[in-house]
Amino acid sequence: MIALLLRDLKLSVRAGGGALIGVLFFMTVVAVIPFGVGPDLNLLSRIGPAIVWIGALLSALLGLDRLFQTDRDDGSLDLLLMQEHPLVLTVFVKCVAHWLGNGLPLVIASPLLGLFMNMSEVAIGATMLTLLVGTPALTFIGAVGAAVAVALPRGGLLVSILVLPLAIPVLIFGVSVSYAAVEDPAPFMPPFLILLAITMFFAVLGPLGAALALRSASD
Amino acid sequence: MRLTAENLGARRGEDLLFQDISFSLDAGQALVLTGPNGSGKSTLLRVVAGFLRPETGHVALTGPDVASGVKLAEACHYLGHRNAMKAELSVWENLSFWKSFLGDFEGGKGLPVTQAAEAVGLGGITHLPFGYLSAGQQRRIAFAKLLVAYRPVWILDEPTAALDVKAEDIFGGLIRHHLSSGGILLAATHQPLALESVKELQMKGFAAVAEERW
Repeated sequence: MIALLLRDLKLSVRAGGGALIGVLFFMTVVAVIPFGVGPDLNLLSRIGPAIVWIGALLSALLGLDRLFQTDRDDGSLDLLLMQEHPLVLTVFVKCVAHWLGNGLPLVIASPLLGLFMNMSEVAIGATMLTLLVGTPALTFIGAVGAAVAVALPRGGLLVSILVLPLAIPVLIFGVSVSYAAVEDPAPFMPPFLILLAITMFFAVLGPLGAALALRSASD
Repeated sequence: MRLTAENLGARRGEDLLFQDISFSLDAGQALVLTGPNGSGKSTLLRVVAGFLRPETGHVALTGPDVASGVKLAEACHYLGHRNAMKAELSVWENLSFWKSFLGDFEGGKGLPVTQAAEAVGLGGITHLPFGYLSAGQQRRIAFAKLLVAYRPVWILDEPTAALDVKAEDIFGGLIRHHLSSGGILLAATHQPLALESVKELQMKGFAAVAEERW
């Protein structure tokens, strides 16, 4: 299992791995917002956490279709399915590797983008923290979509559309926690704990659903 | 150890591709599937490897040396049309990943990665990315994957595609060694595999089934 984690990590940073593509897309999305909205610094800092979160959500969706597609294309997926390791565990490890390769760079890049949006230090810290807690949930939800669409050629857009409705709660709570950190009356802990709960919930349910879908998709 | 299949039948979409296929292989025996394209050779292999659910019948591995509760797929190596290797990783990284991920089935031990690469005649190029190799070399490395982890049953789908004569000899030698050490082989192929005493199963395909059914 460690071997699988290391292999997927290596693949995500090698040529064509897509780890940096996600970060670049994230930066592009967030960087064009100030040009579109205009140089109103108050407005930018008010919408900042939401924009950073939306950017992170879109770039997390961008790389999801590769989660199982590349393994299917070269036949590795067959061998992964054959082994005695529980398939749920294999999928979980692949999700963790995918998050380390594609999700963690987004979290690390987010403070820089917070500066673009004229966010305060507290808001930047809160957004980074919520991204750290929330983006794994996006990967686990996305694994189900990626597994369903694995047999389809060019299933990338379909994965995003399948996954987006399920990812909305993560977005809502992620953004509301970020706002709660800067706006005084709103409580911070309850939405943060719900976000944490969503991530843990999908960490169990996502690999389970994805494993079921992969089993029935093999032909 | 004994691999038995009884009354296997499988469907591709709506069509019944084959039915009533039965065979049994003891340790050291090989079965070669022959037949025209589209006659269901690959499908039969995928049914045995557990990727497809058979429409009828079942296939199982039995014997005193097989622990109960072991699924057949866990005792099998499957070499399909695709090589299951990553073009971005080096040959050594690919093989050592499969060695540690697959692990050894009980009752045997896989070769170290460098030795497996030497066994297929490519010992000197394990540092190259897999994507740099020619189609024949890639096939050889895919074959080396069968050696790094021990599995008693080998399921090979067109193993000698894209290979030169020398590589076919190497493969023949490795397969004979596998059989003589108590392995079981199930292969679909158009070329003869240079083996003595193999069983042959002629797949006739959809037409033969249709005559009986419709």
